[in-house]
Amino acid sequence: MPVDAVQEDTPSVSQDNEVSGLDALETAPKTDRGSSGRRIWSSAWPKLMAVAIVLLAWQIVVWSKWKPDFVLPGPGTVFHDLGDVITTGDFWDGVRLTLTRAATGFLLAVVIGTVVGAAVSRFAPLRAAIGSLITGLQTMPSIMWFPLAILLFQLSESAILFVVVIGAAPSVANGLISGIDYVPRTWLRVGQVLGMKGFAKYRHLILPASLPSFISGLKQGWAFSWRSLMAGELLVIVPGALSIGVRMQQARDLSDSSLVISYIIVVLVIGILIDVLFNAADNALRKRWGLTGN
Amino acid sequence: MTLLEHTDVRTDAVVRLENVSKQYGTGSNALLALDRVSLTVKQGEFVCLLGASGCGKSTLLSLVAGLDKISGGTLDIGGRHVSLMFQEAALFPWLSVTGNVELPLRLQGVGRAERKKRAAELLDVVRLGGFADKRPHELSGGMRQRVALARALAQDADILLMDEPFGALDAMTRDLLHDELERIWREQELTVLFVTHNVREAVRLGDRVILLSSRPGRVIEDYAVTSPRPRRIDSPEVSGQAAEITDRLRAEVARHAR
Repeated sequence: MPVDAVQEDTPSVSQDNEVSGLDALETAPKTDRGSSGRRIWSSAWPKLMAVAIVLLAWQIVVWSKWKPDFVLPGPGTVFHDLGDVITTGDFWDGVRLTLTRAATGFLLAVVIGTVVGAAVSRFAPLRAAIGSLITGLQTMPSIMWFPLAILLFQLSESAILFVVVIGAAPSVANGLISGIDYVPRTWLRVGQVLGMKGFAKYRHLILPASLPSFISGLKQGWAFSWRSLMAGELLVIVPGALSIGVRMQQARDLSDSSLVISYIIVVLVIGILIDVLFNAADNALRKRWGLTGN
Repeated sequence: MTLLEHTDVRTDAVVRLENVSKQYGTGSNALLALDRVSLTVKQGEFVCLLGASGCGKSTLLSLVAGLDKISGGTLDIGGRHVSLMFQEAALFPWLSVTGNVELPLRLQGVGRAERKKRAAELLDVVRLGGFADKRPHELSGGMRQRVALARALAQDADILLMDEPFGALDAMTRDLLHDELERIWREQELTVLFVTHNVREAVRLGDRVILLSSRPGRVIEDYAVTSPRPRRIDSPEVSGQAAEITDRLRAEVARHAR
């Protein structure tokens, strides 16, 4: 449309100001959340408090003489023994072995879970066939697999690996499937408008869009694989492999309660540390996507 | 374009619909969304499609965009490329503002350097040059719609289809975006087919306002908007013509009162 040249130029400067003024008003100013030291302290003290309460309760039970000291030692004895244990190189070899098993099993579960999940969400007949089977497997206690695993693989690394993978892969697959199922319709329409098809559609739309759900699947899968691994290390004792589970079993055989509790604490701490890593990844993603409650 | 190109008087038509019908479902469940709709949009024209709920205006855009198939009649866009903007910006949260604008270029296989350059230009066009590295959630609704507009422009389409793009924005933001869209349409020499249920918005923006009836959608009037640009939504000319069209639209809505 031809426009009157005189009218054309005058409003554009003020219009520019109007637009950027509104933009400035509508984007929230940055709020100062205090120094990082303060932030760490405010999130740390409730945790420290909880630990203190647990230790106190434990000590009170010990003081009550409910069980003799050698059956239920107090926190002082246990932490002393724990200190002794973790200063030996031998102990760290055990941790390394256990974590290597966990990582191998988990990674294998991720690969298998991802392939199966992608296949199930892509092909409808496959979903009808094994969709509910995957959920069923997820609810199955992993310890149920050990008798079969031992028959199939004897007392070997493979037996443990088998159970770890079968415990974790369904969670990974389900995370991916629900992520793909819940890609918002408007995004799919945008993909259509931009002419995305086949591989490009997966690369630029489906996979990134399903990432949050996939990460929750990974987190859950890790929890399952860690549990299966601990069960496996207590049941499947591979000769010569002194993993954390084996050491714990040995401590039990020697009726060394203090050492057993020490290993419980070690397993708990490892579990918490890895959970922290997953949460950090999850939070970073939520922040990037703007899914956090500001 | 092609051998099918007609050599009649309307060769500058970029979108031509002749007796286009669209029916959903079959038998007793069949719903006729559009009934023999005929209209043409010329090169560089800004056409607004106006109607109450159920007039099939969004359906019509989907048909022109090729997202859906017509049930009858002829729809000819001469193989031209279209891009489509929705009421929601629907930006991808895993990409930055630039990333979103670059996406259509990436899909076309444009190289990285060229992509960056083109995206920066487009963000300047929508006056968001300073926000390239922000994430979509850090922007306001109006700014997100401008990013969506930049993304649509990045497709380098011949026809820009807009489906109530400002419907979810507040009045102040909407007024400013009308000015912005008018400026960009003029500078970039776009052809726009704009769907809305807001009569004033249609008169504010369009060269023509096409009024559709509801259930089924039929063209009932084709108004030419002659008041000079740039327009203001509250100018007497725009208000006057909007009042006239509103009366017609109300009469159409009342027809369904039985």
